[in-house]
Order: sequence, then C-alpha cells, then structure tokens
Amino acid sequence: MEYSELLEYEPYSLDHSQKQKLLTKRLTDLTAHHMAHCRLYKNMMDSVGMTQERLREAVSYEELPFLPVRLFKELELASVPKEAVFKTMTSSGTTGQRVSKIFLDRQTAANQQKTMVKIVSDFIGSARMPMLILDCPSVVKNRLMFSARGAGILGFSIFGADRTYALTDEMKLDIDGVRQFLERHSGQRILMFGFTFMVWQHFYKELLRLEREEGERFDFSNGILIHGGGWKKLTSEAVSPEEFHRRLLAVCGLDHIHDYYGMVEQTGCIYMQCECGHLHASIFSDVIIRNPDDFTVCGVGDKGIIETVSAIPESYPGHLLLTEDEGILLGKDDCPCGRRGKYFKILGRLENAEIRGCSDTYAADFR
Amino acid sequence: MTNLEIYNKAFMETFEIEEDKLAGLNYQDIDAWDSVGHMALIAALEDAFDIMMDTDDIIDFSSYEKGKELLAKDDYGVEFQ
Repeated sequence: MEYSELLEYEPYSLDHSQKQKLLTKRLTDLTAHHMAHCRLYKNMMDSVGMTQERLREAVSYEELPFLPVRLFKELELASVPKEAVFKTMTSSGTTGQRVSKIFLDRQTAANQQKTMVKIVSDFIGSARMPMLILDCPSVVKNRLMFSARGAGILGFSIFGADRTYALTDEMKLDIDGVRQFLERHSGQRILMFGFTFMVWQHFYKELLRLEREEGERFDFSNGILIHGGGWKKLTSEAVSPEEFHRRLLAVCGLDHIHDYYGMVEQTGCIYMQCECGHLHASIFSDVIIRNPDDFTVCGVGDKGIIETVSAIPESYPGHLLLTEDEGILLGKDDCPCGRRGKYFKILGRLENAEIRGCSDTYAADFR
Repeated sequence: MTNLEIYNKAFMETFEIEEDKLAGLNYQDIDAWDSVGHMALIAALEDAFDIMMDTDDIIDFSSYEKGKELLAKDDYGVEFQ
C-alpha cells in the first residue's frame, strides 16, 4: 500500500476500527519493505521469529515487533542506499549525549512535510499567517546535519509569512524586533512557534520583566502558539500546563495555545493538543500504550509505556517504536472536540530514561 | 523588469547561481535549494510579486518550471510571456 492513499483522507475522519484496518495494511507492508532493504532490521526480525508468512497473518499492527527508540543512537539504520540519503536528521541531546541519526530520502521527507501540513491545518486552518518564531536564527544554520529543533521550526515555517525570530543568537528577546513585528501585523492573526522551555524562559519571563520594570506590555491576543519539546524542566519548577497557559494569558493576552508531542524519529506525525487539552493521534500514526511488565496493550485509563507507530518511514525502519515516555490512553473516537481516533495524555519520561526533547535537552544545559 | 526577469532574479539571488543553470532545475538538485533554501525562495518570490502562496503550492513547488506554472494560476496571476 502506498502512503499517498492515506494522504487522501482527512487526518481525524476515520473511527478507530476503520483506521486500524488501513494502518495495519500499511505497517505490515512497511515491515516487509524494511526486512527486504535493511539487513540489520531483518536480523532483528529473524531473532524474534518474524517472517513474511507471519506478517501476512497479522490482524493488527499491535502484533508487529517494535524497536526501542534508543536503538537509533546505537545503530545507523537505513533502508535505502547511501546515495539516496539526502538529509540526516539528529535528535536533540544534552551536551555529551549520543544523538539519534535518522536517514531521509526524498520520498520520506516529502511525505513528512505533507503529513505535518494536513495535521496542523486541521487545528489552525491552511491560511498562512505572519509568524513569530520564539527561538534564535542560528538554529537552522547547519543545513546538512539537521537538528530536531531546526526541523521543528522549519516544518512549521510553511504556515508562516514574514517569519521573524523573536530571540537573538544570545537567546535574548529582540524587543525592538518583536515590537516592529506586532506593528506590521496589528489586527491580524499571528502564528507563534517555539519549544516549551524556551517559550517560558526567554519569552514569558522577559515579557513579565518588561511589564514590571518598564511598564511595557505586548499584546498577543491575536496569537496562536504551538509549542512542544517536553515539560520536564517546567514540571521541576512546578509549572503545570494550566499554569503555563494562565500566565501567558495574563502577561500578553495569548489564549490560543496548542502543545504537541512528536519526535525526530517519526517527524511529520505529530500529536496535536486539541481545544479540550487532549493529544490526538491522526490517521497517519497511532499510539499504543503498553504494560511495562509484559508489553501487553493497556486499555483506556491505564498507565503504560508509549509505543508510537507512523505510516511514513520508508528510508529507515522507524515505523514502530517503543518510546521511553509514559502515558495514558484517554479514549477513542469520543473526544468532545469531535476528532476521531485515539486521544491521550503524556505523564513524562520513564525513570532512568535519558533526557530528550528539544525543550528538555536545552533546559538541562541551561544554567 | 518582466515577470520572468523578476522570477529568475529571485532564484539567482536566493541560491547564488547563474541564470543559465535555472532551466530544468529541481528542488534539491543543488545544496542551496534544500528545505531552508526553499522557504527563502518562497519568501523572495512573495515579496517580489506581492503575493501569498498557499501551503499546498509551496509543497508542490518542485522545480523551476513547476514554479512558473503555479505562479501563473489565477490565484496569483503572474504571467510569463
């Protein structure tokens, strides 16, 4: 099954059983594809007894073997020849940490971008908006080795016009730049994008200081903020998502805020937070919550380890991954926002797991 | 300047290439036209023609020739003669 077939559906239009049928077909095909094109992956499948026959018998992608996401730090896994790799993406890591390497060919990269646009459009519409990036311009400078942080910014940039970086390369708020940006687009909807900790540390805190010390207040009541990358640091500062939202609203009128969950190993398939505060799986991907003791599938309301599946990856075997995050499935097909498919909540990192995520790794090095 | 000259100039300045390299040029044929360069090119064209392109068209903009075809659509009305 070709990925383009999935792209014909709207991201949240199928109920769980319809989606399961489609995704199972695509994911078994992908498993067969990677077994045929990645020797290391084939060896791993051999070791768990996965054969082409067994693959054909699989009735759900819940039965397919998954790889621990950490493996992409240990091994270089690709299902295309070196010449076909045009971009290598790396995960964010704290200083000294090993990073994941993800090899992309044109097809996989193009599908990532198309998917991401379909998912995000469902939340903010497809009209482009003036965009304020709550990060520094140097993040996208090294173009051959793309960091997850740069890829996130660039992925969302397609929704932006007059893209303006709110921070200088010293991670200071460019006050004049932001003021001029707001003047240029007064009365318009504005798209804002950043990583959770950076938004808090370098945007929120500076706006708070400006208001208190200099009496200057910025108005972002027309803003839509999309942010992601992890809550670890803010949780340690006892800032809950509700608090984060409340404080941003108080300091600059920003009320339209979407968190998202995603990882560089499955770029494109992000999980956006809806108006009800729930993270949603689109038809292009899914989450499976697994019992940490025996990896059986958890039901609604049970805490477990999150497996993420993505229908996109063709150039590397990253379609079925066990993350090091804990979460809870909140429900299927019945979120009050009207989107179908699973919706869930992230509880945080497993104990002893490495720090990762664009927000958390940055925060870990932050003194 | 004609629209074609403006169009070519956006490519030449964004990617720092000569005019004779433009015909047949595809996305990712040269290092400069990667995903970062792509967004810079779109921004340059939008400024030059005072238009705002749709996200779908930004994704479909896969070559020098395809770009001309997209800009000539009624949405943008940039004529190339």
